[in-house]
Amino acid sequence: MSESGITGYGTYLPSFKISRKLIADENSWAIPALRSLGKGHRRFCSWDEDAITMGVESLRSCLQSQPSINVNSLIFASTSAPYADYQNATSVALAADLPPDLKVMDVAGSLRASTSALITALHSNSNGTSYIVASDKRRAKPGSIQEIQYAAGSATLAVGSENIIAKFVDSHSIVTQFIDHYRSGEQNYDYSWEERWIRDEGYLKIVPQTVAKLLNKTNISADEISYFCMPGSISRLGITLAKRIGINADAVVDNLMPEVGDTGTPQALLIFTAALEKAKPGEKILLVGFGAGCDAILFECTEAIANYKPDLNLSDVIDSGESVEKYTQFLSFSDEFSVDWGMRAEFDSKVAISQLYRAQDQMSGFNGGQCPDCKTTQFPVLATCVNCGSTSKQVSIRLADIEAKVSTFTQDYLQYYPAPPMYWGLVQFKNDARLLMEIVGVRQNELRVGDELKMVYRIKQKDQKRGLHRYFWKATPVYSQGS
Amino acid sequence: MATGIKDKVAIIGMGCTKFGERWDAGSEHLAVEAFTEALTDAGIEKNQIGAAWYGSALDNVNVGNSAIPLSTALRFEGIPVSRVENMCATGTEALRGAVYAVAAGAVDIALAIGVEKLKDTGFGGLPPIFKGTFNDLWLPYGSAPAGFAQLASGYQSKYKLNREDFKKSLAHVSWKSHQNGVHNPKAHLQRAIDMDSILTAPIIAEPLGLYDCCGVSDGAACAIVTTPEIAKSLGKTDLVSIKALQLSLSAGRESGMADWDASYVRNTRIASQNAYKEAGIKNPRQELDMIEVHDCFSVTELVTMEDLAISNDGEAVKDILDGFYDADGGVPCQIDGGLKCFGHPIAASGLRMAYEGYLQLLGRAGDRQLDKVDLALTHNLGGVPYNGVAAVSIIGRYNN
Repeated sequence: MSESGITGYGTYLPSFKISRKLIADENSWAIPALRSLGKGHRRFCSWDEDAITMGVESLRSCLQSQPSINVNSLIFASTSAPYADYQNATSVALAADLPPDLKVMDVAGSLRASTSALITALHSNSNGTSYIVASDKRRAKPGSIQEIQYAAGSATLAVGSENIIAKFVDSHSIVTQFIDHYRSGEQNYDYSWEERWIRDEGYLKIVPQTVAKLLNKTNISADEISYFCMPGSISRLGITLAKRIGINADAVVDNLMPEVGDTGTPQALLIFTAALEKAKPGEKILLVGFGAGCDAILFECTEAIANYKPDLNLSDVIDSGESVEKYTQFLSFSDEFSVDWGMRAEFDSKVAISQLYRAQDQMSGFNGGQCPDCKTTQFPVLATCVNCGSTSKQVSIRLADIEAKVSTFTQDYLQYYPAPPMYWGLVQFKNDARLLMEIVGVRQNELRVGDELKMVYRIKQKDQKRGLHRYFWKATPVYSQGS
Repeated sequence: MATGIKDKVAIIGMGCTKFGERWDAGSEHLAVEAFTEALTDAGIEKNQIGAAWYGSALDNVNVGNSAIPLSTALRFEGIPVSRVENMCATGTEALRGAVYAVAAGAVDIALAIGVEKLKDTGFGGLPPIFKGTFNDLWLPYGSAPAGFAQLASGYQSKYKLNREDFKKSLAHVSWKSHQNGVHNPKAHLQRAIDMDSILTAPIIAEPLGLYDCCGVSDGAACAIVTTPEIAKSLGKTDLVSIKALQLSLSAGRESGMADWDASYVRNTRIASQNAYKEAGIKNPRQELDMIEVHDCFSVTELVTMEDLAISNDGEAVKDILDGFYDADGGVPCQIDGGLKCFGHPIAASGLRMAYEGYLQLLGRAGDRQLDKVDLALTHNLGGVPYNGVAAVSIIGRYNN
């Protein structure tokens, strides 16, 4: 088997965050005990984000830092993927402009899906690049501990055999029917057992046992590990486990709980990327995944890591973000609270699926066209060129990564929009393309004609009746870069 | 070689309902109300009408598609009745159909009628409009005021106007129309509004506030047209004739290419220049006696003053604040109160504007009668400024 390892990574966190104290205070009339958990913030999605859109963004971030070489496969790991039967991985791959000659699959079943997918890719004897995209938007009942702990986010790892920054040493996995939490296919929310039992009977027994087997077969001692990446939401879990396993306490990587929260499947990978950002050549990283068993994966950083520049620095992303002060806004964006939007919200938004298929290059890939006769770049691509009327087939040009600016805009307070006011206007791309777009992530009154914009993949409209949402690209001011 | 429509067709009768929240009336009642007035005005029998063009824009909230709702309402059995729809230019489209049929000699007398019943939706404002299965996949689903507010963004940016000064000129547009609407018993809103209320009204789509937006109402208007010769044979003197009927539509350039700066509406410029040529008008600022323009939003009227080449580019703000378009100004604009006071039952608006021109030309405009009217211009703008349809019509005294 040829050498394999991590060749790149990307992350995405939704920009919105809410203070846990606010959540605790809002529910304190009913659950006063939540107050003890009211520290720090958790990230949450805007109304138009889900596991697919966040996955696209973390994959794009990965591709920014390391252009794709001989792309082989994409595995999408999520326990909150929007579709049970409609390949989520395909949507992610096409929006991120991966080539159509591609193996894809969705994996789910436990929060360990991300590390299990990673092990699969690391063990596959392929010469190309595989992308592991983990993404979750975790639902929680208002007033629950989960509401305070859970979060949303995504991480992507590129696995390959060239330009490796962290070489795969070995892994070990075990399975056991340990149910710390579960959710049946018919349910919206996780059901969790007592935290003390989860810690003492679960994490503190299952993780050391798995790690011991891995260390034994690789002939590496625990104190050689420089970075211990341990997901989970229990406080001091990493420290307690490190002590039990024999890993140095300072090797424990922050689990991102204080200012991000438990993002689910991406949590392990996000912690891992935080380690990769700091790691030096030769250092060893232990990555653990937990859920109905355990994955333990060992990496050793190569010389190449010294020169690797991520698209975004996770700590910068964590430091940015926009604090939301209204609890019902958080609930509404999280689909836990139904605002009466009035009759304008009643209009049907059924997707014409056959039309969507005809236009998938434009809608998913954000591919405009360039007229072969007059060279005008345009979106949408219609039967004739916007400039010269030529019917010649246009050359596909992707707009998602082209610099753009605000040409015109307004704040629309009249139209139904789940996050009013709706900003929209003409967006001018540097390559001459121009189109009307929604502009999201605008802080109040901070948008001006001429402001720079970047493109993000989002839900355009939700079809509440049939569940097939419209996804399209939106523009966002560059000041919200990375958040 | 085309010779244009000038003086080939005369209007011999017009009708217009009271516009407003017509809870008492459906589309068919509105159609009958407008038609009855026009038929009486024309002094002809219904069976003398050879063909009809019926405009209705929003079939999903109105009486449905086809012209059958009109042929049924007016009991037009066995004559050609066509339904036309071209957004806010729908009423003018109906007039074009009837006028062209008469000019072609296909019929002696034709009817143009626009009817719109909007107040059966259960909420204020226009209902969301279907943009097609392809556009719905990507176009932002914005409101009409937000579509026109893009002009405000472009105009302010181009002429480097601060928001406060710009808002004042927009407010004057609405203030002036409300002043005029007081004198029109058929207007929906017949009261004056002070500047302060306009400036401090809640924002609908930045920078447009509530009073920068026209209302939504129900209404119908119609015209009966024939040749000048037949008009004379019917005993008509003091004829009003069609001088120009022009239309211009977007083909995607404004919203799809970089060269449009959003400070003007290209279609209005094209349609008005063609209309001036057709009508033989050299200097519209001097020659036009009144204009009824598509003031769906105050900013639309502001840029239209430049698009019609009555104000120079960048000078509409000054002309408006100077009162040039007020009732006693150089070119009175919206002397009947405009869309601002009538509201905008979409298909009826174009013909409602022509109705005011017709009344003014015949000296029948009551308290708001202007001293001298020989030429009147009407203007409709459908869709949005960057992707729409503009209609410019000119009517005047028949001189031959």
